[in-house]
Amino acid sequence: MHMADALISPTVGGAMWVASAGLIAYSSKKVKDDSDDARIPLMGVVGAFVFAAQMINFTIPGTGSSGHLGGGMILAILLGPYAGLLTMASVLAVQALFFADGGLMALGCNIFNLGFFPCFIAYPLIFKNIVGSTLNKRRLFTAATISAIVALQLGAFSVVLQTLFSGISELPFDTFVLLMQPIHLAIGIVEGLATSAVVLFVWKARPGIIRSVKTSAPVGNISLRQVVIGFLAAAVVIGGILSWFASSNPDGLEWAMFKTAGTDDLSNPPEGLPAALANVQEKTALLPGYGFKPNKAEHAAEAPSSEPLVNTGKTASGLIGGAITLLLAGLLGFALKRRKTSIEPD
Amino acid sequence: MAKLDQHFFDIGYMDTLSAQQTPIHRLDPRAKLITSLVFITTVISFGKYEISALLPYFAYPVFLGAMGNIPPVYLLKKLLLVSPFAVMIGIFNPLMDRDILINLGGMSISGGWISFLSILIRFGLTVGAALTLIAVTGFNAVCMALDKLGTPRVFVVQLMFLYRYVFVLVDEAARMVRARSLRTFEGGGSGIKTYGPLVGHLLLRTMDRAQRIYLAMCCRGFDGEIRIVKPSKFGIMEIGFTVGWSALFIFMRVYNVPSLMGGSILELIK
Amino acid sequence: MSHHIVEARDLHYVYADGTPGIKGISFRITHGESVAIVGENGAGKSTLLLHLNGYLLPTKGTLRIGDYPLTKKNLKAVRRTVGMVFQDPDDQLFMPTVYDDVAFGPTNLGMPLEELDTVVMQALETMGVSHLRDRPPYKLSGGEKRSVAIASVLSMSPDILVMDEPTSGLDPRARRRLIEQLNNFEHTKIIASHDLDMAVDVCQRAIVIHQGNVTADGPTLELLQDEVLLERSGLEKPLQMQGCPICGQGKAKADKTRYKADKSNSDSSTLTRADKDLLLR
Repeated sequence: MHMADALISPTVGGAMWVASAGLIAYSSKKVKDDSDDARIPLMGVVGAFVFAAQMINFTIPGTGSSGHLGGGMILAILLGPYAGLLTMASVLAVQALFFADGGLMALGCNIFNLGFFPCFIAYPLIFKNIVGSTLNKRRLFTAATISAIVALQLGAFSVVLQTLFSGISELPFDTFVLLMQPIHLAIGIVEGLATSAVVLFVWKARPGIIRSVKTSAPVGNISLRQVVIGFLAAAVVIGGILSWFASSNPDGLEWAMFKTAGTDDLSNPPEGLPAALANVQEKTALLPGYGFKPNKAEHAAEAPSSEPLVNTGKTASGLIGGAITLLLAGLLGFALKRRKTSIEPD
Repeated sequence: MAKLDQHFFDIGYMDTLSAQQTPIHRLDPRAKLITSLVFITTVISFGKYEISALLPYFAYPVFLGAMGNIPPVYLLKKLLLVSPFAVMIGIFNPLMDRDILINLGGMSISGGWISFLSILIRFGLTVGAALTLIAVTGFNAVCMALDKLGTPRVFVVQLMFLYRYVFVLVDEAARMVRARSLRTFEGGGSGIKTYGPLVGHLLLRTMDRAQRIYLAMCCRGFDGEIRIVKPSKFGIMEIGFTVGWSALFIFMRVYNVPSLMGGSILELIK
Repeated sequence: MSHHIVEARDLHYVYADGTPGIKGISFRITHGESVAIVGENGAGKSTLLLHLNGYLLPTKGTLRIGDYPLTKKNLKAVRRTVGMVFQDPDDQLFMPTVYDDVAFGPTNLGMPLEELDTVVMQALETMGVSHLRDRPPYKLSGGEKRSVAIASVLSMSPDILVMDEPTSGLDPRARRRLIEQLNNFEHTKIIASHDLDMAVDVCQRAIVIHQGNVTADGPTLELLQDEVLLERSGLEKPLQMQGCPICGQGKAKADKTRYKADKSNSDSSTLTRADKDLLLR
């Protein structure tokens, strides 16, 4: 699912752009250094292929709906992580510019969610490990399907975090997660099936196409960690700076609200569904007080005399927001990596 | 994902629009790109309940569209086409945020509706800015601008190649889908069993095409380095355009122009 | 003069899967000649053409292009001498605009900016498409694409022009225009084509290829009247030589038996596995 400009705060958008720009720069360098010149037209045309392939649907039996290829996984499998990421980024950029699938600010998020996870996490840590050095039908199918599912789950969770840390949408954390993860599990399965179908066909017709997992340069322990730490640092710094800057003006309308609404409305407890959800959220919220959505009663009471508090809260949110996104990505990556030893023997 | 084949004629039309010769078109693409980015950043930086302060920002896309001779109906239609996105995203706000924020002549409006409206306005502004940017600059010129502003060359080339071949591939895909649908009936044929070979064939043909393109490039002396030869000038007009508009965007961010205007009118009346 | 000569001596090529594609081809083409390479599908025409710009290297025998024998080291020099136009112009036009595509070659060869514009516009004018200079390639018609593809090769001032099916897909007028333009070129021309009428109009000499061998090499008009040769090689007379369909003058009497005879040649007219491997179809 694509992020949208409307839901992004500059903090989160900026942090994600830094991360994505870094990924693009890094991948560009890697592709340039790789002396395979033929890669250049290949990436362009395969990117166009992904675009076109998204137009082709297949019916999913029993549901009456249809699915199609997203592309991240198959790009990683065909082109490797670096070229794969660049290609995915280019596809998303064109979609953002021409079809408003998300928007330009959110493009940073989208490149990260839909490019980083398949190419730098799912492909090296899951696909390669399941396939190992034996390329056969069963392994390819399992590897492609599981990688797609994981990549989409990570991407979806990333969207949730990005939305929440932006604080623009009203959706509480729990509802959002409960909404996003199961849906993306289904989408992940569809993506996995589509990817496997194509990969298997292509592999049967021309085995050489599936980059030999054995010979392609492994994404070593050290380099991946360095990459993740690098982005973490950059996002944290930028996130901190931006949120400090953004929080220097208290919201105009919230002032007006405080002045006009008085205390009456604020003492009315919210009823019904929002109340129930708010309760659950209060209990499970990671950062109560700073809040994913500002708690109006607290905020209004604090507003006039506690600007510094608001500032540090927002800065902390910004810092922590950017940091947690990347940290989670990294942690999940490492967690999956440690599990690889149990998948290998077959 | 929106229906691609209709939109493809649209992209072609965007290219036609971008080939016009107006003063806006002649501006260096870097100026337009930078200004649009400043625009989008300031719009997004508004708090979630802002409405009035956002409205004057429509001046920029309107200016670009008018000066750049872009038919407004076309822009509005495209905006409308993608607006379901914004609605889908924002629709939860009125449901969740029930606290009354404004009393307007007897009507109580909850914060949720206000933030929803804000989302819609923001969406219109950012998408409008992106569309007008492409319509007055052209995709390839935007890529050149990116290149000159420091984007890695490999990525810029990738964007340009992708754009170039998207039409060819969509055409091929459309033909395959048509061929499939002519031989598909209730009994099946559109499931995953045909999907694999269908898309797989497209992929194989794509890779063959890539080989041929590479061969064509080598035959014309390609040695791994793409040389972009496009002289461009970032002169007085460009500086004026960029600085002027950016200053305006920042001014409008700091001062809520409509309420200032409204306030001064009320003062005058008194 | 040793430049602009294309000379093949006992050329052999074996495909990756072991099937022989070219089984000993020899010929000598001199400066300014216009040669048509004709033969049925799968005869080896495309394979031969791919040698002329060094994409394929012979497994046996030699090929000499201009001053250079074809070796891995000379590829760049060979590609400067030989301008190749492919069957599908979409594969050849990969830059954002027509101007960029025509400028691609000279830019890569290091041409300074001042000369570049002259060279590009000259090539465009030769093909009659200078009004298309700022168009993106996907907005061109088939004939326009073909012309631009040729211009993109002309701008490099090659000595030898090699073309693969240049008239395929063109409407009659575009085709006629192309034939006229080709006749105005002074380059050495080597054209592989099924369009035997174009071969008659443009090429004084024809080389007939059949199953990887040269079965005939001589004046086009002479060869394309030799019915025995044509029959053996899976070809027919050019349409303009097949007699008038209205009054029947000149029409061969053996028309009805033509297709029965073809059945015995059926295995030579299907696509070989090697062709499919060739990536150039």
